[in-house]
This record gives sequence, C-alpha cells and structure tokens, in this order.
Amino acid sequence: MSGWLTSVIALVVGDREADRVVPPTGFTATLTVFTSAAMAFLAVFALALSLATDRLADRWAAELARTSTLRISAPAGQLGPQTEAALRLLETTPGVASARALTTEEQRDLLTPWFGAELPLETLPIPQLIEIVEEGDGYDPTGLRARLQAEVPGAVLDDHTRWREPLVEAASRLRGLGIVSLVLIGGATAAMITLAAQAALAANAQVIRVLRLVGAQDAYIARAFVRRFTLRAMAGAAIGMLAGLLGILLLPRADIAGGFLTGLGFRGTGWLLPLLIPPLAGVVAFFATRSAALRSLKEQS
Amino acid sequence: MIELRDVAYTYGRGELFAGINLTLAPGSFHFLTGPSGAGKTTFLKLCYGELISTHGTVSLFGKDVRDMTRDDVALSRRRIGVVHQDCQFLDHLPVSENVALPLTASGRHAEIEPNLSDLLGWVGLSGQAAQRPPQLSGGERQRAALARAVITSPDVIIADEPTGNIDWEMSQRLLTLLVELNRMGKAVMVATHDLNLIRAAKAQVQARVLRLKDRQLQAAGADL
Repeated sequence: MSGWLTSVIALVVGDREADRVVPPTGFTATLTVFTSAAMAFLAVFALALSLATDRLADRWAAELARTSTLRISAPAGQLGPQTEAALRLLETTPGVASARALTTEEQRDLLTPWFGAELPLETLPIPQLIEIVEEGDGYDPTGLRARLQAEVPGAVLDDHTRWREPLVEAASRLRGLGIVSLVLIGGATAAMITLAAQAALAANAQVIRVLRLVGAQDAYIARAFVRRFTLRAMAGAAIGMLAGLLGILLLPRADIAGGFLTGLGFRGTGWLLPLLIPPLAGVVAFFATRSAALRSLKEQS
Repeated sequence: MIELRDVAYTYGRGELFAGINLTLAPGSFHFLTGPSGAGKTTFLKLCYGELISTHGTVSLFGKDVRDMTRDDVALSRRRIGVVHQDCQFLDHLPVSENVALPLTASGRHAEIEPNLSDLLGWVGLSGQAAQRPPQLSGGERQRAALARAVITSPDVIIADEPTGNIDWEMSQRLLTLLVELNRMGKAVMVATHDLNLIRAAKAQVQARVLRLKDRQLQAAGADL
C-alpha cells in the first residue's frame, strides 16, 4: 500500500494518542484556520462568478441569437412607406415569428441615456428600427438581405452577430477568470498551509527530537502534523464557505436590481457546489502538509 | 547487538576518536568515562544511530547503520532505550503519557495499560503520573526518562550522564534500577564522570569500565 494511501486511512481513522504528541496551541493553528477560511470565502465568490458568467453567456447567446434589428434610413417622406414595405416583407419571410416597428417612445428611451430626456426626436433624422423575433431555425440572413436590397433600399439588417460574439467571448473569459481564480486560491491555500506546517515543524523541533529518540518513524511524526493541519484547514474552509454563502445570500436579487453583478449567485443544485470547498481544502492541506512534513523531517535528520 | 569496528569520528576541526572496537553483548554492563570533550556523548550517539561514523562500521542488531534508512534506525531505537542527561520530554503531556510514548509511537497501545502503572511504581513516580515534566525535580525527570527508556523492554539501555543533576541518594536509586535491568539480561552502557557511582556498581554487577582518552577507547577498570 502506498504511503499516502496509508496516511489517508490514518487520517480518517485517527489516533487520539498520536494526535496529542504535537502541542495543541500555536500561531500556526490560527494562521491555518484563518487562511483556509479566507480562501474558502474567496472561493465561494469565484465559484459564484464562474457559474454566473456561465449562465450569462448562455442567456446572452440565446437572447441575441433569437432577435435581430432592421434599421431603415430614408428621407422623411419615404420612411413610412419603406417601414410598411419592410414589415410586409418580413411577414412572409420563413423563420420570422414576428416583426414590429419600435414606437417613437421606445426609440426615445433607447437614445435617452446618450442625449437626455428632452430630445426632440421628431426634428431629427432618426432611422426607424424594426425588431425581428425568430422562430425555429431562424431566417436565412443572406436571402433576407438580398430581398431587402431590392424592395427596401434604405434597410440595413443587423442579426446581432457582431454584438453576440464579443459578449459571449467576454462571458467565456470571465468564466475562465473564475476558474483561474479557483486554481490560484487552491495554490495560495497550499502555499500558506505549507508555510504554516513548516513553521510548526520548526517550532516543534524538540518534539520531533523526542519522538525520534523513542523510535517514531517519519510517517508517524508526519501523520501527527498532517491530521491536525488537514482538520484545521477543513474547519477553516467550512467557516469561510458559510460566510461566503451568507455573503451571496445577502446580495441584492437579480430580478429586483437587474445587472450582472447582482446576478452573482447560485441556482438550484449549484448551491451544493460550495459544499465541496471544505473537503477540497482538506485534500490540499493533506498533500501540502504531508509533503512539507516529510521534506522537513528529511532535512532535520 | 551493537558492534563497532574500527570506528572513527571526525568533526570539522579534527578527529574526535579513531580505531574504536566494541561489542555490546546481551547482559553486558559498560561504563564510559573520560574527560569533558573527549566525545562520550558522540560515542553514545554512534551506538544508537543518531550519528554515522566517518570511518569504520557500526552495526545495530546485525545491520550496518550506513545501510539503514531513517525508518530502519527508528525501528532499531525501539530496541535501544536511551536516557539523556537533559531528559527531553514532551512538556505538554503528563508524565504517564511521556513514559508510554515509545509504545504509542510504535502502535503498541495494548501494552500501555498493563505496563505503565507497574513501571511508574518501579521508578517511584506513581504519584507524579498526572504531572507535567516541568513540574518534576531533576531526580524525578531522570527516573521518568529511565522508565520511558525501558517501557518497550529494549535489549540495550544507553544512559548519558544519568546522575549528572541529582544527589547521591537518587544516583544510587537509579543505579539500582539499571543493575536490575542488567540482571534481566539487558545490555547497559552508562557514560559518567561519577567514579563513586562506578565503584558502587562494580560492587553489585560485573561492569566493564572504558575510558575515552587521547582519541582512543581504553579499558580503565584497573584504575578504579
């Protein structure tokens, strides 16, 4: 049986006497618990970010893929007839579920963020926008453009491809950042616990000397430290995870406030994923401490 | 059990001793004397695998220390009880758990209960079982260290100045314990400056006295 497997079994089974050979107090205990808690707290948010961006990418892709915009630019006298012609054409286009011209108020609302509420829309040569909602496999954009060019010369079809792709890519990169953050958090946790374990081993040099004197093997000495650090890391991570979940719960709800950041959170079975953080922190702590302990014991011999 | 053949040990500044040959056989009793700095503690450390000789061969129970892993040395230590002059303990544990530590560390938990109370009684520490080591006097610490050294019933007992910090009466008591163990067939080696202790021992047991002097191990029994 390999050494680490034996250590895992010993970790699960436990040994009350062996656990007691290392003094129970010390700054490394606080450091390990605090580090694990802080990292688990951050991991909850990184996980939430990753899942939220995943959902956002899907939503943006789906929403933008199902709608298009037709923009009609024409002299004032021709705008109305061309709009009607475009709507008639769209009614007979396969793959188009509905098409409607945006009202003046709707167009004003779209421009208000840039030009203010007092915009005299009637006096400006604003193009007419038509919203197209697709059905089934959608329409053939090349064929539609050809027909529009022939029948509605002032129309420009925007199938949202140029918007959708960068948004989906941005969401995908945000999701990647979330995953990278989780990996970095895991690495930072391992590094901090390794340092704490090394400090504990150095601080307990006399304990190690005594244990060696009485015939304790390296695995036994390492186990006493590994079990303690693993359990501390798991406890800290559990505290951090609960705090993180509480933080997520206290965020404003997406359907009330809207927007991306307020959509940060978990849905359905996604709430179970943070529960994996404490055992994962335990695994990281187990291997980090075991490696540090065996290395230190070799150096101290 | 422990055999040294043409052993030398060299520090950075020079050779501490050389050409040492010695066999610690079952039931043997050796005293190791010599001036301060002669290398008695180093010599004992070679005997229980704490140090590796720079020349020659040290065998623990038939195995060359040079060929042993750290875990092999640890397993050998379970057959060698060591008593240090400064008696290092785990200060956060009570005396009873410190004495039982060799059994705990070797996973022999079942042997603790039947042996511990008898052993503590034998060294006169029944009343101090629940105390922490810093609460013990020098003599009590020496006896606790001896109890810890023998709880696994080792084949060899090595003691480095075990009476260095205690009075004559307590020294006699410790010597009696060592002699009893020797009569049980254990090999005993004691490093000491205390010639009175050696004389007292020679009255009770056939002990061989060795002296580390001028980088050599010499028989010194005739001087006493």
